Amino acid sequence: MTTTHHADQTGAEPVDVLDPHLTRFDIVKEGLRRDDIEIVTYESQFHGQNSKAEKRVVRNISLLFVIAGIAGLAFLVFYIVWPWEWELGHTLSDYYTPILGITLGISLLSLGFGILAWAKKLLPHELSIQQRHGEPSSDEDRLITGQTMMFVADELGVQRRPLLKGAIGLGLAPLGLAAAAPLVGGLIENPHKGEHPMMYTTGFHPSNNGGKPVRLIRDDGTPIRPDDVSAGGQMTVYPGIPHGTTNQHADSPTLLIHLRADDAAETRKNAEEDKNGRNVGSMWGNYVAYSKICTHAGCPASLYEQQTNRLLCPCHQSQFLITDNAQPVFGPATRRLPMLPLTVDEEGFFVAASDFKDTVGPDFWERP
Amino acid sequence: MKSRKNDLADAPVKFAKGVDDRFQAATPLRALLNKVFPDHWSFLLGEIALFSFIVLLLSGVFLTLFFDPSMKEVAYDGEYLGLRGTMMSAAYESSLHLSFEVRGGLFMRQMHHWAALLFMASIIVHMARVFFTGAFRKPREINWVIGVLLFLLGFFAGFTGYSLPDDGLSGTGLRIASAIMLALPVVGTWISAAVFGGEFPGELIIGRFYIAHVLLIPGILLALISVHLGIVFKQKHTQWPGPMRTNTNVVGERMFPRYAMKQGGFFMAVFGVIALMAGMFQINPIWLFGPYRASEVSSASQPDFYVMFMDGLVRLMPNWQIYIPIGNGYSLPPMFWPAVVGLGALFTLPMAYPWLEARKLKDNRTHNLLERPRDNPERVGIGMMALTFFIVATISGSNDVIADKFHISLNAMTWAGRIGLLILPPLAYYISVRICLGLQQHDRQVLAHGVETGIIKRLPNGAFVEVHQPLGPVDDHGHPIPLEYAGWVVPKKMNRLGALAPAVKGFFFPVEKPADVPVSPAPIGSEKREEIKSGR
Repeated sequence: MTTTHHADQTGAEPVDVLDPHLTRFDIVKEGLRRDDIEIVTYESQFHGQNSKAEKRVVRNISLLFVIAGIAGLAFLVFYIVWPWEWELGHTLSDYYTPILGITLGISLLSLGFGILAWAKKLLPHELSIQQRHGEPSSDEDRLITGQTMMFVADELGVQRRPLLKGAIGLGLAPLGLAAAAPLVGGLIENPHKGEHPMMYTTGFHPSNNGGKPVRLIRDDGTPIRPDDVSAGGQMTVYPGIPHGTTNQHADSPTLLIHLRADDAAETRKNAEEDKNGRNVGSMWGNYVAYSKICTHAGCPASLYEQQTNRLLCPCHQSQFLITDNAQPVFGPATRRLPMLPLTVDEEGFFVAASDFKDTVGPDFWERP
Repeated sequence: MKSRKNDLADAPVKFAKGVDDRFQAATPLRALLNKVFPDHWSFLLGEIALFSFIVLLLSGVFLTLFFDPSMKEVAYDGEYLGLRGTMMSAAYESSLHLSFEVRGGLFMRQMHHWAALLFMASIIVHMARVFFTGAFRKPREINWVIGVLLFLLGFFAGFTGYSLPDDGLSGTGLRIASAIMLALPVVGTWISAAVFGGEFPGELIIGRFYIAHVLLIPGILLALISVHLGIVFKQKHTQWPGPMRTNTNVVGERMFPRYAMKQGGFFMAVFGVIALMAGMFQINPIWLFGPYRASEVSSASQPDFYVMFMDGLVRLMPNWQIYIPIGNGYSLPPMFWPAVVGLGALFTLPMAYPWLEARKLKDNRTHNLLERPRDNPERVGIGMMALTFFIVATISGSNDVIADKFHISLNAMTWAGRIGLLILPPLAYYISVRICLGLQQHDRQVLAHGVETGIIKRLPNGAFVEVHQPLGPVDDHGHPIPLEYAGWVVPKKMNRLGALAPAVKGFFFPVEKPADVPVSPAPIGSEKREEIKSGR
C-alpha cells in the first residue's frame, strides 16, 4: 500500500480526511504527508492576531501598494499629457523618457517590494522537508523497458530483412538530401563567379566605367584635382561610378594622401625597394592612395596620424606605416593596405590608373 | 430563490469537479501546490535572466510593430534635424522613427536593450554561482550544458539584435562578423557570400538577421528555457548543506503561497529596475552614429559588453598568419584563432567540464547538496582562471577608450592585455586555491579550538592566552572535543553564537541572523537575546 510507504517516510500517521473534526490545516497536512512532505515548523510571525506589530506591517505593505498605484497613474498621466515630440534644443520633451522610466520604475518596484514584504513579513514562517525520490528506476523496470524496445525492433524485423535495411540506407537517403537541398542551395552564392569576381575587384576597376579609368570622387560626387588636397592633408575618395559612394561598393573607399616632399621621397623609395614591386609607379607626384578598408577585419582604417605617418584602424588598433607601403607595424593586421595606382586625366582630375593590385579587405583562405 | 443562491455558492466546487472529471487534475495539482523549494539568495540569479527574458519578449513584440527590416535606400525626412536629407536604409529610418516619432518608442527601445544586457549579465553571474558551488554535478550535467547553450544563443540574439538598426556602429559590427566568416578555412568566402547574399553588405542581411532575431533564436531560446526549468522542476533544486538537510531531501518552503509570491514580487522588482534604467540611462543613441557607411567609423567602436571579450581577443591576437604555399597559396588569417577557435573552445570546454571533473575525481555519485567553493579549491581555481581570462579579454575590448581616458599609450594597453591574458589567469588560479585552502584551514581550526573571544588571560606562569569559546562539548580538562566539518558555515564570531543581538533593527535587519545554537556556558545577556527574538 502506498499509504503505509508514505507513513514510513515522514513518520506521520494517515488520517481520514472525511472526518468532520479535522481542521483545514489537518487536511493540508494529510496532503503533504501523501506527497512525502513533513512540516517541521509552521508558526505565525506575530504574537496573537491583530498584534501591533502585525498592523504596522500591514500598514506598510498597503502603503507600498498605494504608492504603486499612484506612480502607475502618474505614468499614465505623463504618458498622455507631457510634450513628447522631439524638438531642437533643450526642451521639456527631453524629460519624457526619464519621467516614464521613473514613474513606471517606482510603480513596479513598490508593487514588487509590497508583494515581497507580504510574503516575507506577513505569512507564517514554515520549514518543510520533502523527500526527493531521485533514485533510478528499479532494475526490473529497466529490464522491462529495454526488452520492450528490443521487442519493437524485433517487430519491425529490420535485422531479419537485410533487403529492407539496404533499401532504407540507399533508397531513402537521397530524400534527406533532397529536403536539405532547397534550404541550403538557395543561399549559396559563388564568391568567385564572373570575369571580375567580387572578392578581387573594387569600384575602381575600369570595367565599371565602360573600360575607361575611374575617377576619384568626393562624398558629394565631385571629382578631385591635385590642388584640392594640401600637403600633409588627406581625403576619403570613392570610385566615380554610379552608386560609387554607397555601400554597394563597400570595398572601395580609399584614402588619398598628399605627402610632404621628404615623406613622398621615402615612400617612393620604399615602394621601389619592395620585393614584390607591385606599388612601383603607383604614386602620382607627392600623392599616394591606400585602400581604407583594413586588411584585418574590414573597418575603415581612417585615423591618420600626421606626426608618425601612421594609419590607425579604430576597431582593433592595427597600425599601418604610410611611408612604407602601408606595412602593418602594430596590432593584429598581417597584410599591407593595397595602394591604388594614381594618375591624372586630361581634364586634370585624379583617376585610378587601374584597380588595386592587391586584394582589398579582410584576409581569406584562397587569397593568392 | 433559495436554490439559486446555493447554486452560486456551489459554482466553484462544481467547476472544480468538472475539471477533475475531464483532466484528473486534483492529484497533480496537490503535488504542485505542495512542492517544496529550498531557499537561498544565490538561487535567484537565474530568475533575473528569466524575468529579463519575459521583458525582452514583451518589449520586442512592440518594437516589431514599427521596425522595417529593409535595406532600401531612402532619404531621411523625420523629426530629427541632425540627419534630415541623409540617405540611409529603411531599417535605420524606421529605428529613428521609432525613437523620435512614436510616443514612448524610445523608452521601449531602451527597455529592450537594457533587458538584453541584464539577461546576459545575470546568465553570467548565474553560471558562476552554479559552477563555484558544484551545482552542475551529476545528475545536473545536461542542464549545465543547456545553460551554456542559452548563453551562446543569448550572445547571438544580442548580436543579431543590435545589428538591426543598421546604424554606423552596428554596420561596423556586421563588417567584422563578415571578416570572421571569411577567416574560416576553405569555406570562408562561401559562407560569407551565403549569409550576406553576395558581397558585403548586400541588401539582404538586415532582413535575414531580423527573422533570426525575432523568430528563430527566440524560438530556440524559449524551448531551451522551458526544458531548463522543466529539468530543475523534475530533478528538484539543489540545496546547501545544513541542519536536517540531506542528499535525499529538500528543506525549504512549499511553492504556494510564499515561494510563488516571492517570485512574483521579485519579477516586479526586476521589471522595475529595467524600467528605471530604460528611462534614466541612455543606451545605444543610434541617431548620433549616423547610417552605416563602409568608409566611416568613430573611435570607441565597442560591441555590447557580452561580445566585448571576443573583440578584445581579436585585438590582442598578434599578427600571426599561416601561409600554405600550395598552388596559388592559401592563408589562415590571425582572426581565425580568437574568433573561431577561441569562441568554439570557450563554449565547448565549459560544456565538457562536468564530465571532466567527475572523471578526474572518479566521482559517479548523485549530488543534491551544494559544495562550498572553499571545499573544492581546484574548481574555484579553474573558475577564477576562466573569469580572469574573460575579464582581461573584456577590458581589452575597450582598451582604446581606457587608453584615451587615462592617457595611456594604446600600444601599451594592447601589450598589457597580451601579457595579462597569459600571466593573470594562472596567477588567479594560484591565489584563489591558496585562499580556499586558508579558509578551509580556519574552519577546521575553529571547529577544533572554538571561537576566539577576544578575551586575553594571563596564566600563573606569566604566559598570555586567548580564551576560546568551544562550539561543542568539552573533555575533562575543559578542552573542546574537535567537531566534524559539516560542509556549512562555521560560526567564527561571538555574536554569531548569540553573544550580541543584531545591531540593526526594523525593516533592514542582517540577512544572516545569529544561529540559534545553545551556548555553553551561557554568555552574558542571553536573556536579552530571548526577548528580541520573541519581539520579532
